[in-house]
Amino acid sequence: MPNFITSYLDPKVTVTPGEAGNQFWALVYVFIIFVGVALTVMWLLNWVERKALAHFQVRLGPMRVGPHGLLQPFADALKLILKEDIIPAQADQFVFWVAPMIGLLASFTVYTVIPFGPSQAVSDMNIGILFMLGVSSLGVLGIVVAGWASNSHYPLIGALRSSAQMVSYEVAMGLAVVSAILMTSMNASGTGTLSMIGIVRAQQQQGIWFIFKFFPLGLIAFVIFAIAMVAETNRTPFDLAEAESELTAGYHTEYSGLRWSLFMLAEYAAMIAVSSIAVTLWLGGWMHPFPNLLNGPVWEFIFSLFPGLTFLGVAAIAFIGTARMPAHSFFKIQRIGLAVFAAVLGFIALLLFVIAVAGRSADASLAARFREGIDYVYWFLLKVAVFIYLFIWYRATWPRYRFDQLMKVGWKVLLPISLGVLIVTAIVGVIFS
Amino acid sequence: MNSGLNSAINAGMAPVATPWFFYALAGVAVVSGVLVITRRNAVHSALALIVTLLAVSGLYLMLYAPFVAGVQIIVYAGGIMVLFLFVIMLVNIERSSKERTFNRMWPVGLAAACALLALFVSVIVKGRALLNDPMTGKALWPDPVKKLAESSNTQQIANMLYGEAGRMGEYTFAFEIASLLLLVAILGAVIMTKKKI
Repeated sequence: MPNFITSYLDPKVTVTPGEAGNQFWALVYVFIIFVGVALTVMWLLNWVERKALAHFQVRLGPMRVGPHGLLQPFADALKLILKEDIIPAQADQFVFWVAPMIGLLASFTVYTVIPFGPSQAVSDMNIGILFMLGVSSLGVLGIVVAGWASNSHYPLIGALRSSAQMVSYEVAMGLAVVSAILMTSMNASGTGTLSMIGIVRAQQQQGIWFIFKFFPLGLIAFVIFAIAMVAETNRTPFDLAEAESELTAGYHTEYSGLRWSLFMLAEYAAMIAVSSIAVTLWLGGWMHPFPNLLNGPVWEFIFSLFPGLTFLGVAAIAFIGTARMPAHSFFKIQRIGLAVFAAVLGFIALLLFVIAVAGRSADASLAARFREGIDYVYWFLLKVAVFIYLFIWYRATWPRYRFDQLMKVGWKVLLPISLGVLIVTAIVGVIFS
Repeated sequence: MNSGLNSAINAGMAPVATPWFFYALAGVAVVSGVLVITRRNAVHSALALIVTLLAVSGLYLMLYAPFVAGVQIIVYAGGIMVLFLFVIMLVNIERSSKERTFNRMWPVGLAAACALLALFVSVIVKGRALLNDPMTGKALWPDPVKKLAESSNTQQIANMLYGEAGRMGEYTFAFEIASLLLLVAILGAVIMTKKKI
């Protein structure tokens, strides 16, 4: 194999491909992450959201396409692709065309610095968190421009609302992030860091997740961020940009078919991205729970079984679903399909167990490195998944804010609290260092 | 290719400042900069300006100044341009697009642009002469890619602005004065818009 492929596989290399200067592996990582995110958003997230919402409202949700509606997202995607692509006659053609691209580009670019593990990221930028906040704030441009280019009243109002909302909540969000970054400098050298991997490393060194640091300061900053990130992604209860009761569909009223689905893809990708910021800054990123107490080879082995156990659990649920299918001949194909799905999940679980056992030794072999990588990515994604579920839960539970209430919460509640937390964190940090 | 890549891995960092990136980014910046002043539609101009700002932030990255690049994206491309668009969208574009883009001021503008160009050229020519001046031993510009300070750029800026180890930084005073000015500007804006506070 060529050198540029094998040199990064050397177990001694413990940095991201971007830092190692290996363009080939960086591109491979970009490909894996982008395809993974697109598939997760399109299939898994779409299905989970519809099912969860349905169950919150005591409905069944999609049940017809595939067993328990598992193939419904694919049917939807096919429908969206085949739909007619309408551009309003009075619309600004070029801007109308480019607007969804801006949103998509902004929400996918940030994935290059998200640290799924200490070396499981495309690159570790020195300004990682700054880059993430900056590029994700570009996403609002797509919404604003889409609303304007549609040349219609509802989209314009939606776009104006969303830009005002995003600019307002970015302030509180930024201040909450700064108070977490201040905490990274509580070490012997007194030097903080903006790098995403560096922030998780700082939590590792200080032996505490930043959500529990200087209790309750870290917790308050985290809660402010958790509220602001819902507003940033235009989700309920802050989805005034697409308030269907007043604005039809807000900024994407005039969009249809594939273009509309690009907006949805961008919104869901942005949800995962902001959840990853929260996980990185406050919840210890890729670390498993209690990394300082429960370490050593035995605990490492136990924690490395978790990915396999998760897949085994999901496979078991799928098998139970197969067994509970009605015994009518109408359900024959669905039953076979679900059984095959369960078998595939079980096979993945088996594979993960094999890797966990093969890589259990702490030496620098490729299997051990692979096992470690799976562990890091698993714990990171598990924490992100909790946030995604919260997003869905919010949507099912809370009514929408009125616009003046939204502005009041942003400027008169979140901003003063986050400023206060920032100042108190700085004072406490100086006292304790 | 492989030997270069390997040495880059050994050095811990690969050089990204290649001429290709520079010419591509500079080209994008210039072309979209021209589009900013030639488009009749104000929203198109604003979009072109965003592209220019992003290309310039790419140029900052190539100069190993990631912090300045990040701030450029957040403040200009993300913050100011959104407010620009916000205002432009509320202006009646139908009327403004029928107005003449280049009015009688253009000879003055051209003269100013030529003067700026002459200034740049003279600085470059003078700078060439001053390069490795035997008297002072200093060059007008430091050696371009002497060391890859990317990993500590942000920390160095912080040390200059806020000082290190209890000492005041080189630019602490100027920085605080500038932030006071901004505060005054914010207060002024609030007072001008609010009749009663």
